[in-house]
Amino acid sequence: MSSVDQSDLAKVQGFYFSSGSSLRPAETKPQSGPSIWSAVPSGYWVLAVLLLIMPALVSDFTLFQIFGWTFILGMIALSLMFLGGYGGMVSLVQMSVAGMAGYMVAIFGPSAITDISLGWPWWLNIPLALIIAVIFGTLTGALAVRTEGIYTIMITLAIASAFFYFTRQNYTIFNGFSGFNGVLPPELFGVDWRQAKPFYYLTLFWATLSFLIVSYVSRSPFGLALQGVRDNSRRMSALGFSVNAHRIAAYAFASLIAGIGGILLTWQSAQISPGTAGQGPVIDILVIAVIGGLRKPIGPFIGAFIYVLLKTFAIDVLVSLGLSGDRFQLLVGMSFLLIVFFSPDGILGLWDKWRESRNRDPLTERSSGGLQ
Amino acid sequence: MSIAAVPATVAERLSNTGTANALELRGVSKYFGALGALVDISMTVQPGERRAVLGSNGAGKTTLFNCITGDFLPTSGSIRFFGEDISEFPAHERIRRGLRRTYQISLLFTELTVLDNVYLACCGVSRGRFSFLRPRKNDALVATSEDLVHVVHLEDVKDTKVSELSYGQQRQLEIAMALSGAPRFVLFDEPAAGLSPTERSELVEILTGLPEHMGYIIIEHDMDVALRVSEYVTMMHNGAIFKEGKPAEIEDDPEVQALYLGGDDGA
Repeated sequence: MSSVDQSDLAKVQGFYFSSGSSLRPAETKPQSGPSIWSAVPSGYWVLAVLLLIMPALVSDFTLFQIFGWTFILGMIALSLMFLGGYGGMVSLVQMSVAGMAGYMVAIFGPSAITDISLGWPWWLNIPLALIIAVIFGTLTGALAVRTEGIYTIMITLAIASAFFYFTRQNYTIFNGFSGFNGVLPPELFGVDWRQAKPFYYLTLFWATLSFLIVSYVSRSPFGLALQGVRDNSRRMSALGFSVNAHRIAAYAFASLIAGIGGILLTWQSAQISPGTAGQGPVIDILVIAVIGGLRKPIGPFIGAFIYVLLKTFAIDVLVSLGLSGDRFQLLVGMSFLLIVFFSPDGILGLWDKWRESRNRDPLTERSSGGLQ
Repeated sequence: MSIAAVPATVAERLSNTGTANALELRGVSKYFGALGALVDISMTVQPGERRAVLGSNGAGKTTLFNCITGDFLPTSGSIRFFGEDISEFPAHERIRRGLRRTYQISLLFTELTVLDNVYLACCGVSRGRFSFLRPRKNDALVATSEDLVHVVHLEDVKDTKVSELSYGQQRQLEIAMALSGAPRFVLFDEPAAGLSPTERSELVEILTGLPEHMGYIIIEHDMDVALRVSEYVTMMHNGAIFKEGKPAEIEDDPEVQALYLGGDDGA
């Protein structure tokens, strides 16, 4: 290493004085940014094309029940991945936030429960539902960020449970045990969005959008700061970041994604009831995120796909083996155990391990940088 | 070594930064239960002043830093930073006013790259810290981050994850992060600890090459480093200030020699 180049110091001195606004000429930083074609791994392009032509390949049941549900659960788990993977906050309230958005669409919009539902148009009830879901998630976050680790899990589980019991017991707003049915998506552009193909594209669109936004935000100042808070919150304060403000903002952002997922989930089954956000589904979101992997935004969607496949076909498998069909939860649980046992990073972790072993240099025993 | 970069008098620098003292501690104490880690510390540091804090292990040097930056609040006493009472401020508010620090044991974001670490440090004190938008190619903060990486000679590893850096490189990264934004005053907590002789002399050059208006306090066990980069020395012992003076005075003081250099026959 050479000695200090004084001209380098002189170069940055302007910045010492003038804080963030010292602009240096752009041409001093010749950066050839990678084009979108080379920046995205080829696997994603294949996947994108495959997903786009999927309706030509599979049945309506698969489109609506397998893929539609995968995308929805994937989005809700993605909101947990954002909080857990980037922010280090494992929140069990994401399904309740989704449920809140679903309830609000049913209450403000049209449903079969005309005594309660206000029947407002979609451009009013959907934004309103999302705003309320975000407020709910943000308030929960404001409470939860005062805790760390296991206590964050406990407090969010407590709030999720409270939400479940409250919706089950409150009949004036939430219609108690039976909830709302007949909650249908608006017939925008003359399309019945609950038909298999339109619903598939609707959920694919929102899932892709949330995936892209989360991937993008992860490299923005906000996303980087959140990862900094995860790694070392004390140091983040020592850099001028308000740690709790960042954490709460992360909850708000995650709530928006969970809220959109919740509305789609409500439209898919055309109903919302306390059980939608009961303790079972609340834990399932965590299971999905962990099975897929919490480190990258694609993880929750992989996890959701596996979960949906198990949930849908485990009964058939069990029955064909001569076992009782109602033991399908056993199969889900066993798969969860196996994946967590062999790879704490979920399927993504297994994938990374395999990639690494393939790129390993036999001489140095180090990976030759094949990982992105 | 370019000592010439440091103006001769503090008064000369004062004109750059206003009249208030950079740092003014009045009766600062910190008790952990019954243990007095800091006892009634009063200290005035002028803008642009470069001061070394010496003292044996447990003298309260790092505790002093923690109280100044707000990592924890002092039990009693007041702290003023450029005239403003920051005693009750949370850490991030103090940092936004131009105070910086490094940590004795590197506190870095080990899963992020070198450049990301410095970029984060730059974001922390900028208005864009909540931005959901990625920096553009000619982003001023990215450019500044790259310059800072260059200043501490880490450009070869700027895209490497911090967990893969050597110890010395991590110490250099700590310094780059403390220099980000527009620091008015920096606290260096044993920046030379664990560095090789070459890295030490490089560190001395980085410190002496800092802009003139930027004062700092440096905790340093290596007398050689400490006395070369400071113009005033505070000796601490058992949580209190033991002696203050010019480096030469402190070096020659028999009491200091007895205490600090131990029975090393006064060398």
